[in-house]
Amino acid sequence: MDKTIAITENIQKIRQDFPILGRNINNHPLVYFDNAATTHKPRQVLDALVHFYSHENSNIHRGVHTLAQEVTGKYENAREKIRSFINASYSHEIIFTKGTTESINLAASSFSKRFVSSGDEIVITEMEHHSNFIPWQIACSERSATLKVCRITDSGELDLDHFRELLTSKVKLIAVTHISNSLGTVNPVKKIIEEAHASGIPVLIDGAQAIAHSRVNVQELDCDFYCFSGHKMYGPTGIGILYGKEKYLNDMPPYQSGGSMIKKVTVKETTFGDLPLKFEAGTPPVGDAIALVAAVEYIENLGFDFIVNRENELVNYALDKLETLSDIKMYGHAKHRAPVISFLIDTIHPYDTGIILDKLGIAVRTGHHCTQPVMDKYNIPGTVRVSFAFYNTIEEIDAFIIGIERVKKILKV
Amino acid sequence: MYTVETINKIQDEIVEEFSQYGDWLEKYELLIEYSKTLPVISETFKTEENLVAGCTSKVWLHAEVKDGNVFYSADSDAIITKGLVALVSRILSGHTPREIMDAELYSIKKIGLSEHLTPNRANGLQAMIRKMKEYAKSAGGND
Repeated sequence: MDKTIAITENIQKIRQDFPILGRNINNHPLVYFDNAATTHKPRQVLDALVHFYSHENSNIHRGVHTLAQEVTGKYENAREKIRSFINASYSHEIIFTKGTTESINLAASSFSKRFVSSGDEIVITEMEHHSNFIPWQIACSERSATLKVCRITDSGELDLDHFRELLTSKVKLIAVTHISNSLGTVNPVKKIIEEAHASGIPVLIDGAQAIAHSRVNVQELDCDFYCFSGHKMYGPTGIGILYGKEKYLNDMPPYQSGGSMIKKVTVKETTFGDLPLKFEAGTPPVGDAIALVAAVEYIENLGFDFIVNRENELVNYALDKLETLSDIKMYGHAKHRAPVISFLIDTIHPYDTGIILDKLGIAVRTGHHCTQPVMDKYNIPGTVRVSFAFYNTIEEIDAFIIGIERVKKILKV
Repeated sequence: MYTVETINKIQDEIVEEFSQYGDWLEKYELLIEYSKTLPVISETFKTEENLVAGCTSKVWLHAEVKDGNVFYSADSDAIITKGLVALVSRILSGHTPREIMDAELYSIKKIGLSEHLTPNRANGLQAMIRKMKEYAKSAGGND
């Protein structure tokens, strides 16, 4: 069989796993190019959620009854599954949170309480999502520390010379994104970690945009923290992961307090439990953790070789097509890029483009993408962002290009 | 004279005008035409405090009272948003503060633009209307 036909048939089969992809929006078949915001969920994940609430629902860690025992086992299996997915050393280095944002807030709050004092510095970068920006800004302000921001170049890559200048003995931690959500830049995180470690500085990686698009191996990267969300990797909303090296997590104080995270509570004082429960106060998102296993299995069944090839093919096709159009200005020209493209059409406001494309059934992201410092750098109000997943098709990109032509015609460019 | 009817008369005219166009494309084209009729706010009034909060696209709104009636001028960096504010301005501008405060903008739904009224729509049409009514209130709507 012709290779192209084989791939097309394969993609059609994959698409059938995602019920939402069959929807019509405004009388057009849905073209979903907002995968950097959230990915859709395959039937396997939906089934796992329904199965959990239909047959297994129970609270964990305390009950002696059968359901509680079963579910506690499954929840801890989910932790082990995530450990092996990112190749962490121990499953107690995997902390379940409600998403990347909470993972970073936890790390910023607890790490800085233990390791950051007056006069210290924390380094982030200009391309960070607000979720990897504001928690550090707050932590620095609380600890009377200084936040240093590494510049980006005009092509949207980290200015590594500036980064090196910032590595002083005052720096207690570097927080950097693996992939920029607004520019698509894939950062050289391994190199950054190596250089930071050479100066004795730990590194936190915001992996929200990377986790579903390339194999992440935390031991090979040697990162000290890695944060990501379930919903951006075909799993449910409401679940995220903070991976942290045991040596840091052990020393960090709890983030929130309540049920599950204690050793002993008396009216005088409380002693806290061991990892990972020390950081999981209250009832965790049990059903979401269990359904996340189905998402990981789905990704593993497809394999990252397939995912990376497929997404590269889509982004390169879209870039080529966009380049044939006049009046398109793209933002972010990194050599190593993720399946994300940010652009503007002439002087058309991204909001206007988004509204017209939506009328054509095409879902894109418009605005500053929670990276206002990036927009300030380019002196623009925002961009239109398209972001792909393996289930997108060449035909959808063609429909999107026709959509762009219509936007230009309607808004008279 | 209490003339909220004139507000509704304008709304009915607008509904009639939009009803001549069947598909969304023509409706949006009309909205874009509307954007050109908006009395544009003077640059000196494009201040932080005249910005309507809650809009992804920027909207500046200013109100002036002449002979007891409120007149709006505005601008936006997005053309569809500008069309929406022009539409609302055409309905409310030139009326007394009381009339503006009491006005019920049923026409937006009737025109088929109600999608812009949902809270997550970043153009903040709701916020614009609220601000217009606030201006009317501070211009003497409590009289």
